[in-house]
Amino acid sequence: MEHYSMNLTLKVWKQKNSRDKGGFETYQVKDISSEMSFLEMFDVLNEQLITAGKDPVAFDHDCREGICGMCSMYINGKAHGPWSNNTTCQLHMRAFRDGDTVVVEPWRSKAFPVIKDLMVDRTAFDRIIQAGGYISVNTGNAVDANAIPIDKKDADDAFMAAACIGCGACVASCKNSSAMLFVSAKVSQLALLPQGGPERESRVLNMVAQMDKEGFGNCTNTYACEAECPKGISVSNIARMNREYLTAGLSTEE
Amino acid sequence: MALDSKIPLGEMDKKWTDYKGHVKLVNPANKRKLEVVVVGTGLAGASAAASLGELGYKVKAFCFQDSPRRAHSIAAQGGINAAKNYQNDGDSVFRLFYDTVKGGDYRAREANVHRLAEVSAAIIDQCVAQGVPFAREYGGLLSNRSFGGTQVQRTFYAAGQTGQQLLLGAYSALERQVALGNVTMYSRHEMLDVVMIDGKARGIIARNLVTGELERHFGHSVLLCTGGYGNVFYLSTNAMGSNVTAAWKAHRKGAQFGNPCFTQIHPTCIPVSGEYQSKLTLMSESLRNDGRIWVPKKKGDDRKAMDIPEEERDYYLERRYPAFGNLVPRDVASRAAKERCDEGYGVGTTKLAVYLDFKDAIVRYGKIEAGKAGNENAEHHSIVELGRAVVKEKYGNLFEMYEKITGENPYELPMRIYPAVHYTMGGLWVDYELQTTIPGLYALGEANFSDHGANRLGASALMQGLADGYFVIPYTLGNYLADEIRTAAIATTHPAFEETENAVSERINKLMNIKGTQSVESFHKRLGKIMWDKCGMARNATGLKEAIAEIQQLKKEFWSDVKIPGEINSMNPELDKAGRVADFIELGELMCIDALNRNESCGGHFREESQTDDGEAKRDDNNFSYVAAWKYNGDSDWQLNKEPLSFEIVKPSQRSYK
Repeated sequence: MEHYSMNLTLKVWKQKNSRDKGGFETYQVKDISSEMSFLEMFDVLNEQLITAGKDPVAFDHDCREGICGMCSMYINGKAHGPWSNNTTCQLHMRAFRDGDTVVVEPWRSKAFPVIKDLMVDRTAFDRIIQAGGYISVNTGNAVDANAIPIDKKDADDAFMAAACIGCGACVASCKNSSAMLFVSAKVSQLALLPQGGPERESRVLNMVAQMDKEGFGNCTNTYACEAECPKGISVSNIARMNREYLTAGLSTEE
Repeated sequence: MALDSKIPLGEMDKKWTDYKGHVKLVNPANKRKLEVVVVGTGLAGASAAASLGELGYKVKAFCFQDSPRRAHSIAAQGGINAAKNYQNDGDSVFRLFYDTVKGGDYRAREANVHRLAEVSAAIIDQCVAQGVPFAREYGGLLSNRSFGGTQVQRTFYAAGQTGQQLLLGAYSALERQVALGNVTMYSRHEMLDVVMIDGKARGIIARNLVTGELERHFGHSVLLCTGGYGNVFYLSTNAMGSNVTAAWKAHRKGAQFGNPCFTQIHPTCIPVSGEYQSKLTLMSESLRNDGRIWVPKKKGDDRKAMDIPEEERDYYLERRYPAFGNLVPRDVASRAAKERCDEGYGVGTTKLAVYLDFKDAIVRYGKIEAGKAGNENAEHHSIVELGRAVVKEKYGNLFEMYEKITGENPYELPMRIYPAVHYTMGGLWVDYELQTTIPGLYALGEANFSDHGANRLGASALMQGLADGYFVIPYTLGNYLADEIRTAAIATTHPAFEETENAVSERINKLMNIKGTQSVESFHKRLGKIMWDKCGMARNATGLKEAIAEIQQLKKEFWSDVKIPGEINSMNPELDKAGRVADFIELGELMCIDALNRNESCGGHFREESQTDDGEAKRDDNNFSYVAAWKYNGDSDWQLNKEPLSFEIVKPSQRSYK
């Protein structure tokens, strides 16, 4: 692998707080190595800004290994940048060339208000989970783990759905700001497993109701969410959730 | 003050049962009046907060991330151990207990480890009931794999994302309690001090990281579930935000710190590529099941890996440790890699790397697959193709991650790996009930020192975090709170809250008013370099003394020249980081003092003065069979207290993997 260094022009969204209007700031960074991660390039930018007595760019990040779901940059019009099945923290600078201009924005959705610069408030996702994204089993109530055999295909599918990292790229990528992929991944995981059976109907109804209440939009089947999901969560989960919702709606008397 | 570990009397395998049978209980009506503060929401914190909420306590949980689901437990890859013996291969509570005490190089407390092994099976049951999608066999039952340092298959896993699935299980249980009103969640909050009233922990001061405001929160007791302190090395596999601040504030308030120098350096991480590097990424230990580790036999060999013929490769682990080969424990594998690189045999641009090669495994699996298909005379390229598919199924996500970071295809070229800081066995000293030396203050999970001795075995961190939170603290906390039922909630206008908040506020002001020239990050990097060079994989008295002096100097420089932009009363990530780095600097000094005091080699702690003739770690049980618990007396001033370790069951012997 040939390594190279590059100079870049960055157009980065700066916004003081949720009430501020915000706007783009332009920065130049020099001698960026192709081996750096995208966030390390931002570290270089921030070091430069601090030294110059300017306000560094605030952005969310934590594990920097693609699993915590905290990083959330919208890079050149794509959630998490140009690579597929990838988070911002795992994007590396060899994706760019010397002289490139890179535009970086926060997730944009009414349900994800900007806190500062590139940081947004994603607690709406926590509230959706609170509405039913669990199995009600108190500690100590469990039977032996092998007392419930589970079809390997179902277990594998549940795992695939459970791989969601809750980053919100699906919402950011959707022209309607729909959270259907996120919600359906959790509904699917628990609907596929026998342990999820007893609360199956109330779960999907309550989670969808909370999703609507948070101000997320509807799904119009463009599948941008699946295309941009860093963990490859399938839109088939949305289809499953719709079936679950319909069935639950028919059989629940309220 | 003598340390009272409160280990119950009686036989090892009866202690926990007896304890549970006699421990004080709190009736449900009283539980509603008792408030518990839980700091940190990883496996230990989320499971504790959820379980205590279920019991009826009023819980407040805090995390610095934007959601409890992000805690760094999520990044654990390999698996979780449990003595289920589903594989009928001879596993038992006793064997898990034994392996853990031995793997910890006889520096852990036997009674705690035995309890850990006892509750391990119930953890798996609980997680499955919550819907954690563990790997399964075609018959629908749970699958197991083996892990370093053991001879049975007791590791449960969910591909390479076990930590993620377990954490999301605990997170969902926590969110359920939030919905039920039993737990109040405070995300983007950081604990900045413990509030002490009449010698007991009675709450915390936390900073709202969005607004910058300081908040007072009362609790009849406080649980610290705040993880490890590997980021003292700057570069580690920890998350960027992982820090020691909560534990350190407690330490300064009187909680003693146990075995701070016990650090785990994991052998298989992606090497550093340049000065800008911000963190290191682990490649699961499971890769050593199939990968062979080697360096060139010739010093400074600049040829590409593919151009170095078989006879000029040194498979040094297989050479030095024929019995365990590439599967020696983590500490041994790490030191051996360092030894080769120090001698000039390292590879890659920095020469601080060794190869982890899957070429032979690919051919081996390829031949098996070809054989299954009845194609005994398959050509080499089709064997390789078949073999790669098998390797992909086993390790696909790890290979993908490696390629994303390095840009190299590990199916074609050997991986380059190097050891990196991964886990800290040391932590706040706790007794059998997980209570620190401050009454009412508890430490759970990686934040405490108790179960892994001087070296942690793979797949045991997840087990301990969940054991502490689901199955230990719900019992032991009641024993304390049963005596608190007459204590009414204390108003946060109490002078102790006022004073503590003022002290926190003063420190923040002091930091902001330095207005120096050097960034927080640059100090953190310098601290990391001192720690890695002199208190890393190998330590000696001269280096440690130098390190102590250098850290003291760095501390002075930090407090006179650090530059923090922004304001106090708004979101300010640089200010958050500055407070954490200031605490890491103090911790770094204590780690070096502890490493200097422990003039023996054990587990991850290798003192060059204490080695066998062939360079292996040499323990000194006569002089160091104790837990070093350090009491903070003031600036750069600590007092050593010793908790002697006695081994009733597992008799210490020199570990050998030859």
